[in-house]
Amino acid sequence: MEHQFEEWKKLAREMRKKTLMMVSKANSGHPGGALSCVEILITLFEHEMRLYDGPDDPRRDKFVFSKGHAVPSFYAYLIEKGYFREEEMDTFRQKGSRLQGHPIKEVCPFNDFNPGSLGQGVSAATGMALGYKMKKTGHRVYVLIGDGESDEGIVWEAASAAAHYHLDNLTYIVDKNGVQLDGKTEDIMNLGDLKKRYEAIGFLADEVNGHDFGELLEAFSHHEEGKPHVIIAHTVKGKGVSYMEGNYKWHGKAPDAELLAQALKELEEA
Amino acid sequence: MSEVKYLATRAGYGQGLLDAGAAHEDLVVLEGDLGNATGTAAFGKAYPERYIEAGIAEQNEVGMAAGLAAAGWKPFMTSFAIFTAGRACEIVRNAVGFNHLNVKLVGSHCGITPAKDGGTHMCIEDIAWMKAIPEMVVVNPCDYNQTRLMVEKLYEYDGFAYMRTSREPVRVITSMEDDIEIGKAQILREGKDLTIASTGIMTTFVMEVAEKLASEGIEATVLNYHTIKPLDTETLLKHVTETGNLLTVEEHNIYGGFGESCTSALFGKVSGIKYDYVAVEDRFGETGDRQSLYPEFGLDNETIYRKAKALVK
Repeated sequence: MEHQFEEWKKLAREMRKKTLMMVSKANSGHPGGALSCVEILITLFEHEMRLYDGPDDPRRDKFVFSKGHAVPSFYAYLIEKGYFREEEMDTFRQKGSRLQGHPIKEVCPFNDFNPGSLGQGVSAATGMALGYKMKKTGHRVYVLIGDGESDEGIVWEAASAAAHYHLDNLTYIVDKNGVQLDGKTEDIMNLGDLKKRYEAIGFLADEVNGHDFGELLEAFSHHEEGKPHVIIAHTVKGKGVSYMEGNYKWHGKAPDAELLAQALKELEEA
Repeated sequence: MSEVKYLATRAGYGQGLLDAGAAHEDLVVLEGDLGNATGTAAFGKAYPERYIEAGIAEQNEVGMAAGLAAAGWKPFMTSFAIFTAGRACEIVRNAVGFNHLNVKLVGSHCGITPAKDGGTHMCIEDIAWMKAIPEMVVVNPCDYNQTRLMVEKLYEYDGFAYMRTSREPVRVITSMEDDIEIGKAQILREGKDLTIASTGIMTTFVMEVAEKLASEGIEATVLNYHTIKPLDTETLLKHVTETGNLLTVEEHNIYGGFGESCTSALFGKVSGIKYDYVAVEDRFGETGDRQSLYPEFGLDNETIYRKAKALVK
């Protein structure tokens, strides 16, 4: 597994570099939350989800990127894996691009719901998991949620339904990077102890370091019959770039050419 | 003449779900703890495995309906109109509409007929909210039979749509043999003097008024718009051109409603036409019984009659 982790770390570095290049080129986008969920995306797509023959395989598990503004690192992953062409990076957030500001299922592989309006992906993923359970198809549904996004009431309406309907084919992953657009999540809206909240609702809940592949793999291996699963992944907003880490000002701001060069250098030397 | 029946469109919805539920195994119903009010409870008893209780959480009810559609089900999401179209409006827009998912949204207790519950429960804005969403189909059948038929039509329609239903029992004026089509106005009677375009249960009152007008020698065309969007402009234009006038009738606010759809569709296409609206004139509701609130809000037969007469002078 150690050898695998080394490969994934290289992949993570490339994804972070491409994320920053895309956002800088577009002069628009959300680098902070894209950099925080890189290891979560890798663990999901390289290990946890059953993808079979790829995006069009009806048997594959489903993925909802509910914190959809953080999509550049997902696009970077898809570029690394050959689902988008390298040169499409330059079209991010441009008219006619497959790399829309928030991912669009009609043009983005593995994106099973058009997110953007926060909280709605959680609700739709919960409905999907219920739908597949009713059909007894065996599909599993994974949804990536922001901690700022978790301010939305619909997240908790959906969580209640997930537990009520015993959706053990459903996994919420909360990218708990502690920062949202206007500041620290604990200052904007303190949601208390997320793990306890989810446990009280009836989830199997794990809390891990969201940049540690070993901890993520361990958490994903947990399962309890009749319970939905939540993984609260503690991460660093802007991970890997010194001037972005933990700084709310980089939630939705693009680095200029000079700061991009510095960031790429830091990532290369790390 | 068969016996006159008074039934609510919400009951027609409930029966329509039972009909369609028996015919189509992929039809599921979501309810927000109002099944005994909206008419879905009978479906829940008949098909408990396809009846999803979302609790009093309409936003998640819509979001889950979107997810169920993505998983291949054909969901009918149901609540009161004020919650389906109002509270959950932006979820309808993004989770359903922007995702192009095959979800049917149903809002019962529309208009001012949840009368005794008062103003918070009266929905006079749902047509405006829903028709403003791109690609949204909006239907508003006039009676029990038409609502029952419309459920099957909605099931067959591959896209997202909103249907409003009412709690008020009204005279059943249409037949289960009718051949209705989404997007095509139903011509209930034809006359040379006046065109009345009406939607929802108001059509049943309009037919009473049209009979009274006929007894006085005024012959009205009555167009029943069970579909508000897409609007059948062709039928409207034809009849309005012939009579030179138009009265629109709806149980909705005058702003953003059916009448506004009609007049904007005709704008620039005809000239010298006399218009009037029967609609709620931009005010909130209040508690009361239907008999006292209809005149108060200008939705009673007397108001329709008075405005109709004024147009043919």
